[in-house]
Amino acid sequence: MNNVSNFVEGVDMAFIVILGISLFFLVAITVVMVYFVIKFSKKNNPKPRDVKEDMRLEVLWTVIPTILVFVMFYYGWVGYKGMREFPDDAIHIKATGRMWSWSFEYDNGKVSPNLIMPTNKPVVLDLFSPDVLHSLYIPAFRVKEDVVPGVNNKMWFEAYEEGSYDILCAEYCGERHSFMLSKAEVVSPEKYEEWYGEDLSGASPVEAGLQVLTANGCIACHSLDGKRLVGPSFEGLWGAERNITLADGSKKTVTADAEYLKKAIYDPNSEIVDSYPKVMISYKQTISEDQLKQINAYLESIK
Amino acid sequence: MDDNVTSNPQKNFFEETEGRKGIFKWILSTDHKRIGLLYFYSIISFFMVGVALGLLMRLELLEPGGQYIDANTYNSAFTLHGVIMIFLFIIPGIPAVFGNLILPIIIGAKDVAFPKVNLLSWYLYIIGAFFALSTLVFGDGPADTGWTFYAPYSVNTSTNVSMSVLAAFILGFSSILTGLNFLVTMHRMRAPGMTWMRMPLFAWGLYATAWIQLLATPIVGITLLMIVAERFLGVGLFDPSLGGDPILYQHMFWIYSHPAVYVMILPAMGVISEIIPTFSQRKIFGYKAIAYSSLFIAFVGYTVWGHHMFTSGMSGPARIIFSILTFIVAIPSAIKVFNWLATMYGGSIDLKPPMLFALGFIFLFLIGGLTGLVVGALATDVHLHDTYFVVGHFHYVMFGGTGFAFLAALYYWYPKIYGKMYNVKQATIAFWVMFVGFNILYFPMLVVGIMGMPRRYYDYLPQFHVPNIISTVGSWILVTGLIMVIINFIKAKKISAKEAKNPWGGLTLEWTVQSPPTLFNFDEIPTVTSGPYEYQDKEER
Repeated sequence: MNNVSNFVEGVDMAFIVILGISLFFLVAITVVMVYFVIKFSKKNNPKPRDVKEDMRLEVLWTVIPTILVFVMFYYGWVGYKGMREFPDDAIHIKATGRMWSWSFEYDNGKVSPNLIMPTNKPVVLDLFSPDVLHSLYIPAFRVKEDVVPGVNNKMWFEAYEEGSYDILCAEYCGERHSFMLSKAEVVSPEKYEEWYGEDLSGASPVEAGLQVLTANGCIACHSLDGKRLVGPSFEGLWGAERNITLADGSKKTVTADAEYLKKAIYDPNSEIVDSYPKVMISYKQTISEDQLKQINAYLESIK
Repeated sequence: MDDNVTSNPQKNFFEETEGRKGIFKWILSTDHKRIGLLYFYSIISFFMVGVALGLLMRLELLEPGGQYIDANTYNSAFTLHGVIMIFLFIIPGIPAVFGNLILPIIIGAKDVAFPKVNLLSWYLYIIGAFFALSTLVFGDGPADTGWTFYAPYSVNTSTNVSMSVLAAFILGFSSILTGLNFLVTMHRMRAPGMTWMRMPLFAWGLYATAWIQLLATPIVGITLLMIVAERFLGVGLFDPSLGGDPILYQHMFWIYSHPAVYVMILPAMGVISEIIPTFSQRKIFGYKAIAYSSLFIAFVGYTVWGHHMFTSGMSGPARIIFSILTFIVAIPSAIKVFNWLATMYGGSIDLKPPMLFALGFIFLFLIGGLTGLVVGALATDVHLHDTYFVVGHFHYVMFGGTGFAFLAALYYWYPKIYGKMYNVKQATIAFWVMFVGFNILYFPMLVVGIMGMPRRYYDYLPQFHVPNIISTVGSWILVTGLIMVIINFIKAKKISAKEAKNPWGGLTLEWTVQSPPTLFNFDEIPTVTSGPYEYQDKEER
């Protein structure tokens, strides 16, 4: 196994030690069991022998497992300890897990649906959830930490090899839990600096709108091609007639304009489009009024 | 013992109706054997529902992407599978069925201490089960939270969580009352001469279990009520948007639900400790070690709940302490396994179906226990937590362990309860089909977990495909084995009272009474003069 991150070696060592000891006992006990079944079968040994209790044996098979479990604990602890010792010189990235997408926000305000990070530089993820529990899991790096609403959990790691590694959500979070995927894109430090410094202010409002939708995970539930996911598709939404149910249960029909969309994003449960579930949270804290305008520009472009 | 019992059997408990007719013979009877059978039939029915849901999920996972059911249905399926298997099958399983059927007889009593409370426990169980299953029909669909009901998702989801949670709450009371009943029964009603150190190990297993049921279950009751209060009143205990703490929920949930794991496994270990001496015709090796290790597990088991939360953001020292305690609780289980092996040494082993299932238990429980060490260590748990490795691990412990022990107990005590005998050859074949199917079903889960596939996954990445195919094929084989087991029991044939009385040559008290037993088990309460497994003295008797 390649050491693609700084924790792989310690964790895999713990795996080898614990699985090794376990396999030895599994095989040894099974062999002894089968041997006894044959050797002391009713046929081979019709008259059972009397065997006296033996305190030495009891002590022996209490002490040996005790020593072994402490060995296993030790390797588990050694492989883990570094995960809780956060380096000072790390890049801090705010990782948001929400129903049902990931986004990563950098110091300079840049937001990406993938974790872009350089090799050989520690990265600390400050974990944030606006809704329910999630868990950020990168199997290749052997790291995982729950993303808990209201709690500032964090995790860190350092990647050694360039590549693209799966990021999964390991804590069940509802309908699209298994689709809550992302990638850790590990690139060379030069490439990272280039990406990090890239100026996006020249982007058109339409491009910027799509960026906002991607970065906030909107498109995890609202498709861009008319397909029905958890919520209504964005395609053909702008200017369309919407049949909605208000919070008090009354129904009405409205046109999807700027005012409607603001309400749909800032206070989604006050107006629910018929036949869709009431599951969205408010994005008032994360999407600014300027970004709303960009979203509108983009939606207008795909109506 | 006196032979006139066998040659001229008295009215057995099936025939003794106490003047009741039809269904009232059953649902109004306070006889521990009838209540045990009521539990048996209801538990098996719910188990079938759970199995069907499991098969449905395995079928969906045969291919990546959605095939047969949508994501919401899948999420409800694994929630209901968990709730049914945990609360309706495996927790009540051995104690409520075999504890009721056998415990009073094995300690030489006429019934449990509180027969009416015993019947009440069954009614609570049925009401709880009704609530759990009613979510299929009432409200906005069955809960989709997983059986753990983690906040804040469980507080916010629109599905019928309240009903499921109330079901678990009511089932908790059933469990508490059963535990209390057994404790008093064992303290007050052992036959004269049966000192604690002469009590059979099945009773010891139930004794340790009963303390957990009594002391830990109230905590989950309160916790689940808090979820309901949060949903209806918005009190803000667990949901951070209301000022609550989701980690607090996890602590409270696992303070019960980890000890509950020992409620599931300790009675199973008790069953194995009965079967191995009987079929080896040898005194159990290390009686005291096995008895005390049950108590040790019950005690230390209270203190390890935090190992379910190694990645939750709990403090570093807490993670280390919980990891150490988790390793310590593994030691008594190892001691039991070594003592069972030593019991077989020098014995005269008869590989009848109960023994076969008991040895199957040892192998599968070993894998379950050893994989438990892998997730008990910190470094490896960070990688494996909430992956399929955990799913594989607890199915090895719960199904391979307790499930196989349940079947071992059924094969062992079936002639005693019904006075009938199943086909031994077919039972042996069914064992091997189940054993092979079991490993094909669950072993790939361990592999795919190490590869990094999270649990509760409706869809999965292409690299996880092959283990999932193998696993699904295994589910078909395992179910074939289960069907063979059931058919064999249904087709069991009546045997003579003499044959049925003690077909295995057991020495514990239940083998001294007729099969099926009479209403009050004993004509005269026996006086116990030696330990339960004195096979070396058998010749002289």
